[in-house]
Amino acid sequence: MALLSTHRLTAFYGDFQALFGIDSHLESGETVAIIGANGAGKSTFLKSLAGLLRASPESVLFDGKAIGGIPASAIMRLGISLVPEGRRLFPSLTVRENLMIGCYGRDVRGPWTLESIFALFPALRERQHIPSTALSGGEQQMVAIGRALMANPRVLLCDEISLGLAPVVIKDIYRVVPNIKATGASIILVEQDIVQALAVADRVYCFQEGRLSLAGRPSELTRDQVHAAYFGH
Amino acid sequence: MLSWLDTIIQGVLLGGLYALFAAGLSLIFGIMRLVNLAHGDLIILAAYILLSLTASWGIALVPAVAIAALALFAFGFALQYFVFNRTLRIGILPPLIVTFGLSIVIQNGLLEAYSADSRRLSAGALETASFSIEGALNIGVMPLLTFASAVLAICALNILFYRTSIGRAFRATSDDPEIVQLMGVDNRRIYALAMGVAMVVATIAALFLGLRATFDPTVGPARLLYAFEAVIIGGLGSLWGTLAGGVVIGVAQTIGAKINPEWQVLAGHLAFLGVLMIWPRGLFPRAID
Repeated sequence: MALLSTHRLTAFYGDFQALFGIDSHLESGETVAIIGANGAGKSTFLKSLAGLLRASPESVLFDGKAIGGIPASAIMRLGISLVPEGRRLFPSLTVRENLMIGCYGRDVRGPWTLESIFALFPALRERQHIPSTALSGGEQQMVAIGRALMANPRVLLCDEISLGLAPVVIKDIYRVVPNIKATGASIILVEQDIVQALAVADRVYCFQEGRLSLAGRPSELTRDQVHAAYFGH
Repeated sequence: MLSWLDTIIQGVLLGGLYALFAAGLSLIFGIMRLVNLAHGDLIILAAYILLSLTASWGIALVPAVAIAALALFAFGFALQYFVFNRTLRIGILPPLIVTFGLSIVIQNGLLEAYSADSRRLSAGALETASFSIEGALNIGVMPLLTFASAVLAICALNILFYRTSIGRAFRATSDDPEIVQLMGVDNRRIYALAMGVAMVVATIAALFLGLRATFDPTVGPARLLYAFEAVIIGGLGSLWGTLAGGVVIGVAQTIGAKINPEWQVLAGHLAFLGVLMIWPRGLFPRAID
């Protein structure tokens, strides 16, 4: 049985329908990448999983239980953490406080503690007492990932963690994905950077205008298939 | 010269009372950007609860304050959770209208229950106790206690905000009420807790208001005005700024009253306008808004 799955998942912003019946699944320990052009519904999909957008109850199953429509704070406590698009750190909190609030609702023992996050991102250790706004973009992304890991989630949802970062910084950020996988966490990565996404993913879903246009293992997909699924021609 | 010093000291101590009026308002605005127009009336409601506990039920003042603070914490929590939270999601106007409506409901409820007569709380000999410095300056024990309580309340709120995990959740919720839910924080509960804490501070404000002067069901809005001015002079959302704002108004009022007793209230408002003309964001504005 899949750890997390969606069944004919739909999502709306007011009257505007952003997702049209998405069927997907994530196995335990698996890393799945979601690729697609701007406006394809990738971030909407993650927001629906995390509870920031209301989904119908049976459309999202986690560990066999229907979790669609329950509040984001309750979903987080079950073990699903989201690294939101644009990092969204808390500006009035220091780096350390931003990390510590990550386990406010779910303080469970696991591989991730302040210490192990500083070991993963050594740059944050010496800057832990400064306001999060004083960090560079790459460091802020490290805090956003660390903040989500602090809850020792079973599923980590990452929304465009390479957005707006220099290629060398993106490499640094992606360097830690295998470490996170090694702790047994399952990961869903939303990415526009196809090369990075395919390099770390076990499976890929491609979204196009709110619908699933392609699914498969990176090694099995041809360049033309990805191109067609991504751009629709 | 000494009499001017005496005036300024009285003004600073009066500022403590205004800071107590304002601290709850500042807290609520800082965390949820809610302008609570019923804040003054809630203070007066707390004063009447204290009056009932002490005068009608014969409970001593200190335990009465503890009981009232607990009751008002629960009332504030419920008020926010079941009423104000429903209005926050739909724009800035609905919360204003609902708190304004609550203000009218409280005033009329108090008129019905306690009549329009002026009342006051009693602390026995402590009310008139004073001591003198160098035989020249007389300082009342009660104004000094008021000021000390304001400093203590603001210290306690700062510890709550900056040294505890619930304080981190308060600040994070103020920064980003959507993303904080991803940390497992139920922002509706955080708002309710904040309103509960604000009501505890309002109870302390009610105690010193009731001991210092008489009150009746209609004086809430005037307290709200002083509280607003103190919060805005201090810089929105800054607690120590709120104390400074209270002191500015207090000193302006006592100086105004010394020149001409009719100028007391006007001098406070003029000081408010003067500060805003020079520092439009208040004395201690928050770096991030």
